[in-house]
Amino acid sequence: MMNDEMTSADESRNTDLAETPWLDPEAKPLIQIQGLTKKFSGTTAVDNVDLNIYRGELFTILGGSGSGKTTLLRMLGGFERPTEGRILIDGVDMATIPPYERPVNMMFQSYALFPHMTVEQNVAYGLKKDKVPSGDIKNRVTEMLELVKLPSLAKRKPANLSGGESQRVALARALIKRPKLLLLDEPLAALDKKLREHTQFELMNLQEDLGITFIVVTHDQEEAMTLSTRIAVMNQGRFEQVGTPGEVYEYPINRFVADFVGNINLLETTVVSSAGGQIRLACEATGGELTAHCDKNSAAGSLRWLAVRPEKIFINKEPPLTDDRTVLKGIVLDLGYFGNLSVYRVQLPTGTVLQVSAQNRHRTARQTVEWDDEVYVSWDIASAIVLDR
Amino acid sequence: MSSKATMGGDGRRRWLRRALLAPYLWLLLFFLAPFGIILKISFADPVVAIPPFTALLDWSVSGLAIIQGTFDNYVFLFEDNFYVTIYLSSIKIAAVATVLCLLLGYPMAYFIARQRSALRNLLLLAVILPFWISFLLRVYAWIGLLNNHGVINNALMALGIIDQPLPLIYNDFAVYIGLVYSYLPFMILPLYANLERLDLDLHDAAADLGARRWQVFVDVTLPMSIPGIIAGCLLVFIPASGEFIIPALLGGSDTLMIGRILWDEFFINRDWPVASAVSVVLLLILVLPMIWFQRLESRQMESAT
Amino acid sequence: MKGRGTALLTIAVFGYAFLYIPLLSVIFYSFNDSRLVTLWGGFSLRWYQALFESEEIWSAALLSLRIAVISATLATILGTLVGLGLNRLGSFRGRMLLTGMITAPLVMPEIITGISLLFLFITLADWFGWPASRGAMTITIAHITFSMAYVAVIVRSRLSGMDQSLEDAAMDLGGRPMRVFFDITVPMIAPAMVAGWLLSFTLSLDDLVIASFVSGPGSTTLPMLIFSKVRLGVTPDVNALATVIIVLVSIGVITAGMIMHNKEKTAETGHG
Repeated sequence: MMNDEMTSADESRNTDLAETPWLDPEAKPLIQIQGLTKKFSGTTAVDNVDLNIYRGELFTILGGSGSGKTTLLRMLGGFERPTEGRILIDGVDMATIPPYERPVNMMFQSYALFPHMTVEQNVAYGLKKDKVPSGDIKNRVTEMLELVKLPSLAKRKPANLSGGESQRVALARALIKRPKLLLLDEPLAALDKKLREHTQFELMNLQEDLGITFIVVTHDQEEAMTLSTRIAVMNQGRFEQVGTPGEVYEYPINRFVADFVGNINLLETTVVSSAGGQIRLACEATGGELTAHCDKNSAAGSLRWLAVRPEKIFINKEPPLTDDRTVLKGIVLDLGYFGNLSVYRVQLPTGTVLQVSAQNRHRTARQTVEWDDEVYVSWDIASAIVLDR
Repeated sequence: MSSKATMGGDGRRRWLRRALLAPYLWLLLFFLAPFGIILKISFADPVVAIPPFTALLDWSVSGLAIIQGTFDNYVFLFEDNFYVTIYLSSIKIAAVATVLCLLLGYPMAYFIARQRSALRNLLLLAVILPFWISFLLRVYAWIGLLNNHGVINNALMALGIIDQPLPLIYNDFAVYIGLVYSYLPFMILPLYANLERLDLDLHDAAADLGARRWQVFVDVTLPMSIPGIIAGCLLVFIPASGEFIIPALLGGSDTLMIGRILWDEFFINRDWPVASAVSVVLLLILVLPMIWFQRLESRQMESAT
Repeated sequence: MKGRGTALLTIAVFGYAFLYIPLLSVIFYSFNDSRLVTLWGGFSLRWYQALFESEEIWSAALLSLRIAVISATLATILGTLVGLGLNRLGSFRGRMLLTGMITAPLVMPEIITGISLLFLFITLADWFGWPASRGAMTITIAHITFSMAYVAVIVRSRLSGMDQSLEDAAMDLGGRPMRVFFDITVPMIAPAMVAGWLLSFTLSLDDLVIASFVSGPGSTTLPMLIFSKVRLGVTPDVNALATVIIVLVSIGVITAGMIMHNKEKTAETGHG
């Protein structure tokens, strides 16, 4: 990989390995996905995927539609049979095990609440199938409804529940069986913004309290970033990158990941020279040479991309005084005011447009930088990511 | 802008309201009024005349209208057990036929609903096709099959399984076969419409929570298909109770179905007042199921909007 | 798990066989040379010839077709109006009665409808002198009455699945109500109207009971003719007639199925 991976590894070694079991060679994964492939007449939905997921993780599979994430989830739940490869849960091969015998439960995107049963009956359903004695069932259902904060809705039917309430019932119904693994299919998709934020934190707390391993599938990268211990970015049936939110965001391994998670400016460049951790790149889009940090040495003339996140770019009317920055001049094409931050589109003399976002640190209703202003945009050399694909 | 839309909408509605008068009046005259007339005639006496019954209103010498009617016909109906037996027999036969239709139709509807889309349409077409072929001819087709020297008996005798033809026709057995055969599409279609709309996620959810295949069916599919089951059953039971063609062509002289008796009473005995009374009683028996069916229909229409 | 699948398949196969074997048997024996219908006497087209040459069958068929076309058309118009009315107008006076009157024919035993209409015609003739004699017209009136119920159900069903904002959009763009009705609404319910017409046509063509009651001398419809022939058992020329009808209907239904299938495909993929 072409980015500063060493720094992140150093940092991780200093943290408690219990918090990052994927770095512990002794740790036994709860879920092992090995060479998993799923083909539907003609198309390959999931393409030879390997992954280990550890107990207690809140793992998110992030991908657009058609990426294969839902198919992967359904294979974990037992609703699709893999074409090749296998899934092991706690060391047991799930190949011959149907969904009703797996230690896995799923929360469906549509919630799939049984419309002809009350909330109580819905939540109790799984326990009834397990032939748990009815006294126990009653107690556990009451307990669970309190946990998801819906104690008074026991006798209601799903048609009379709000979106948020339906979701919590679906959650309660899945969790009451104390599965080893909970699968969540786009859990926050149907909720409005405020409710989404609130539920995000609730989910995280719930997961910590109960110690259940969660695997979430979503297309919403904000959701993925806030919820997860680790993210897998999925594209066309394969994992592009697997890592912590920080790793995936700040150290993407290719342009797809860089562009998919968050916003990014991508500049096409050619290598001029590279030595001693520094690389010089010739960039037509900016009309000059750019410097960045890079471990690997590359041959002159190779194609590289320089990626910089909008929030890493400074925007000012005057040129910056500090060294160690790439500085470019441009004109403000567009400006979007979001209250807490402002987003600028700055056009360079070459015609390239860079996206810059800046926190509005000072309390002022007037903008310091306006449309058509001449500005200097700059970033620390260390903030730039060099990608070879 | 919005007032224009509502005005347009109102204009349309006004036009529609006026246009609706045509079918409304038609139905009042040709559907509702006849029932009033049947009721009236059921209170009349049979007369050798054209029409063969006495009028309801008559003008007496003093110019006052007298309503002359009699309950004789109704009394006659319930006097001896004959008619009561026939009503009960008709209901019984219709009910049994309905259950048989359900037992055969539900698995078929379920099977079709589970197939892939292209095959599904083909299978559905294959169910609907017989429905478009003349009802009369389809019942007729069974005569050829069930006859003493019909296809089935010939085949069985040729195979040496029997040496005397089985009495397969002109009895209750043939009537059941005829009823199930003719009304099967009426059972399958509402069942299919219901099953097709079921959310597959619900099945997955039940399986996920620990339900085996048959439990998913009993816990989720069956309860949710009840509206379809009821619609199908009513769609079969109600018309089958008054069915004429099937008992006439396939039934025996001891097959008691009210539709056939009604026909005979009308065309053979020419006793129109009694025929009217028989119809009125049949209507009364069927009125509750008909109302049930109508409410089911409107509930379905409202929920779909 | 697999056992369940095969059980279902077996029942389905049995069901389809049950539906089709009688039809196939009729077709098969229509080519039977022997008069004794189910004793095979060799392949022959004589019954088709007899059918073709039969005056009474032709005149009955033509009468039935005439009645079917007229009653189907009028039933479609009236039934569509009812379907539209019940779907578009909220509550209005007499709505419940209309709903009842339009649903009842769907399940009413034909024999009751037949008797009641006959009595109506007799009473009307008694009071107003019309209808002077019963025949094609009274049969047509009867058919329109029960057919419109089916049309109404089909149209209503289609309407309830329809997006009404399309019409609002059209009016917003300047369309007057009547124009909107013909430009937007009618094309959208057209398939339902066609289905309704076909259904009414079939029901009329096939009606025996009601026609028997409200008909008069000289008006024998095809079903009435067939019934009088088969009351006494199987007759070979009816086999031929049945085969002809079966084949015609099959072609019609399969064609309609293919048209609908292609329409669906075009709608989905944007090209045929």
